[in-house]
Amino acid sequence: MKVRAQIGMVLNLDKCIGCHTCSITCKNVWTSRRGVEYAWFNNVETKPGIGYPKDWENQKKWNGGWALKQGKLKPKQGGKLALLANIFANPNLPSIDDYYEPYSFDYEHLHKSPESKTMPTAQPVSVITGKRMEKITGGPNWEEILGGEFEKRSKDYNFENMQKEMYGQFENTFMMYLPRLCEHCLNPACVASCPSGAMYKREEDGIVLIDQEKCRGWRMCVSACPYKKIYFNWESGKSEKCTFCYPRIEIGEPTVCSETCVGRIRYLGVLLYDADKIEEAAATADDKDLYEAQLNMFLDPNDPEVIKAARAEGIPESWLDGAKNSPVYKMAMEWKVAFPLHPEYRTLPMVWYVPPLSPIQNAAQSGDMGMNGAIPDVASLRIPLQYLANLLTAGNEAPVKLGLERMLAMRAYMRSKHVDGQANEEILTQTGLDVAMVNEMYRYMAIANYEDRFVIPTAHREHIEESFDVRASCGFTFGNGCSGGTSDEQIFEKPKRRNLFGGYNAK
Amino acid sequence: MMLSFYHSFFFGIFPYIALCSLAIGSFIRYEREQYSWQASSSQILADKGLMLGNVLFHIGVIFIFFGHFAGLLTPHFIYEKVISAEHKQLLAIIAGGVAGVLCFAGLTILVVRRLFVERIRATSSFADILILVLLWMQVSLGLISIPFSLSHHDAGQMLALSEWAQHILTFRGGAANYIVGTDFVFQMHLILGLSIFLVFPFTRLVHMLSAPLKYFVRPYQIVRSREARR
Repeated sequence: MKVRAQIGMVLNLDKCIGCHTCSITCKNVWTSRRGVEYAWFNNVETKPGIGYPKDWENQKKWNGGWALKQGKLKPKQGGKLALLANIFANPNLPSIDDYYEPYSFDYEHLHKSPESKTMPTAQPVSVITGKRMEKITGGPNWEEILGGEFEKRSKDYNFENMQKEMYGQFENTFMMYLPRLCEHCLNPACVASCPSGAMYKREEDGIVLIDQEKCRGWRMCVSACPYKKIYFNWESGKSEKCTFCYPRIEIGEPTVCSETCVGRIRYLGVLLYDADKIEEAAATADDKDLYEAQLNMFLDPNDPEVIKAARAEGIPESWLDGAKNSPVYKMAMEWKVAFPLHPEYRTLPMVWYVPPLSPIQNAAQSGDMGMNGAIPDVASLRIPLQYLANLLTAGNEAPVKLGLERMLAMRAYMRSKHVDGQANEEILTQTGLDVAMVNEMYRYMAIANYEDRFVIPTAHREHIEESFDVRASCGFTFGNGCSGGTSDEQIFEKPKRRNLFGGYNAK
Repeated sequence: MMLSFYHSFFFGIFPYIALCSLAIGSFIRYEREQYSWQASSSQILADKGLMLGNVLFHIGVIFIFFGHFAGLLTPHFIYEKVISAEHKQLLAIIAGGVAGVLCFAGLTILVVRRLFVERIRATSSFADILILVLLWMQVSLGLISIPFSLSHHDAGQMLALSEWAQHILTFRGGAANYIVGTDFVFQMHLILGLSIFLVFPFTRLVHMLSAPLKYFVRPYQIVRSREARR
C-alpha cells in the first residue's frame, strides 16, 4: 500500500443553476490573455448537448483517454512510437473551429460613428485576425438552455443505447447543467502522452500541471485528454490547463470557481488513495466496473492501518485530519451520492458529480406518480436514469439510482420532520441511510456552509524549502529585482502583438 | 594564392560567426528564455494543408539533415573502403534528390499556407515567415545544384566541399581555398545555409534540439514531489 493524498472536488449538480459565474471568474483570473481567448479552463454546458469543444465526449472521433488492448492499458491515440510518428501533424487535434473563433466587438464604432440614419452597431471582430467576422457561428456555451435544434444537440454521446427521439418532444424534454474543469486524474492520459515530459502530477496534492518552461508545444496532451481540458496557446506555442488554482489551494483557499460559486455546489477535500492500485484499477476489464474499481482505491482515513502507512509516506498530520473531515470523501465513499465523470475513459478522474434530481414526469397528468415506498420512483424522474448513468458510471444504472434515491429520501425525511412535524425514519431504511447519516447529508448538501464545503489543509512549505535561503531574495538585491535578470526587451521572438480581447477597433 | 575578400570572408570567417551565433545563441535562449523554446505549432488555427505539407517537409528535411551531416563530415579515407567518391556522389544525388523533392513540395505548401491563410498570416511573427522563406530558398538551391553535380563525374567538387566543412570544424586554416573554383550555386547554398545557422537561435528552429527521444525510455506517468526538487 502506497498512500497518496489528493485534493478532490465534488460538484452537486442538483443545485447548479447554470449561472456561469465559475467560468467567468476563472476566465478573468487565468485565460484573459492572448492565445487562450478561446480557452475556458472551466466551462458550463447545457446537457443534453454536444458541448465544448464540439462533441468532446465522442472518443471514437477524438481518441482521447486510454484503451484496453489485450488487457494492456495504452493511450487511445497510440503508443509511444505511434504518438511520435504523429508529431508533425496530430490527426486527433481539435481545430479552433471545434471550439469557436474567439471574438470581441467593435465597441469603438459606437461612439466614433458619424451621424447616420440608423443606430450604429458593434460588429463582431475576430481576436485572432483582428478582422470583422461575418457571423458568429459558435461560442463556449452555444447550446445554452437547450439552444439549437434537437437534431444537433441529440448527437450527445450520453444518449448511447437510448431511444432518444422521444426526448425531442416538448413534453419529454429535459435539461441539466454540467460545469467542467480539469479532472486532475489519477491516471492522466495527458501526462502519459507528453513527449517532453513537461507534464506531471504533484505528489503532495495530486494537481496535474504543465511545466511551462519544459513544454515544447508538441500538443499531444491536447488530444490525449478525453475531457478536452488542455488548451493550446497559439501565441506562446505551449499547452495550458486548469491549475486547480494551486496557489490558492496551497494556502488553504478554495479554487476561484469554487469560491465564487453562487449555488454553493462545489466541495473540496482530501482523499487518500492507494497509488499501487492505479494501474490495476484503470485496466479493469468491464467499463461498468470502473466506478467501483476507483472506489476501491480510496482509503478510509479513520483506519489506523491507513493512518500508519500515510505517516510513513510523510503525509502531514493536517492532511490526515483534513481527510477525516473531507466532504469529498463523505459524498463519494460514505453516502455514495457522487460519481466520476465518464470513468470509461480510464483516467480515474478526481472531480466528481452528484447527479441532479428532476421534476417527476407525468405527475400532473395522471395524478398518481410512480412511488417506491415513501419516495418517488427514480424511473419517473424527468432526466432519464440511463442518461445520467452514461454520463457518470459508464452506463451502470444501479449506483446512480441509489444515489438519487438517497437524495430523494433525504428530502422526504426532512419534509416529514419539518412539515409534518413527525420525522419518518422508515423512509431512510429502504435506501440504507440512518438518522445520523441523513442529518450530515442535509448539513453538507442542503445547508452547505463554507467551512463544510472547503476542507483544504495548507501545503507545508516549511517541509520543502529552507526559508533562510530565500530571505531577502526579493527586493533590494544585486539582481534584477525578483527576476532572474531578464529585461522586458527580448531578442528571442517574444510576442509583441496587442491583446485584442478587450474590444478592438476593426481594420 | 591570394583569396578575394568574398572567399575569405564568406567561407573562412562567416562560418565561425554563424556557428558561434548558433551555439551561444541557443545556449543563452535555453538557459535564460526557455519559455520561448517551442515548436510554435499553428495546427490548431488551420489544419488545412498542414497535414500534407508539414509531414512531407519534416520527413524530407530530417533525411537531408542527416545526409548532409554524414556526407560532409565523414572523412574520405573512411568511406573510400566501402564506396568510391563517384558512387557516393551518385547516392547523394539520388537519395538527396528524392528527399529534396519531398521537402520542397512540403515547404511550398507551408509557405503558401503561412502567407495566404488569413489566421496563420495574422499570427505569424517576422521570424516565422523569414525562416520558412529561407528554408524554401535553400531547398530550391539544393535542387538546382543537382544538374551541376551530375556534370562532375569525378565528384571533385563534392570532395572539395566536404574538405572545406571538415577544415572549418577542425579549425584548420585555408578552408576557404577549397571553395575557389566550385560552382556558384554551391557557394550560394553554403552562404544561405550558414545564414540559417546564424538566425537559428532567434527562430522556432530551436525545437529541433528538443526532439523528444527521451519519451521512449521514460515511464508513462510522471509524479513530481516538491521535496525532491529541493
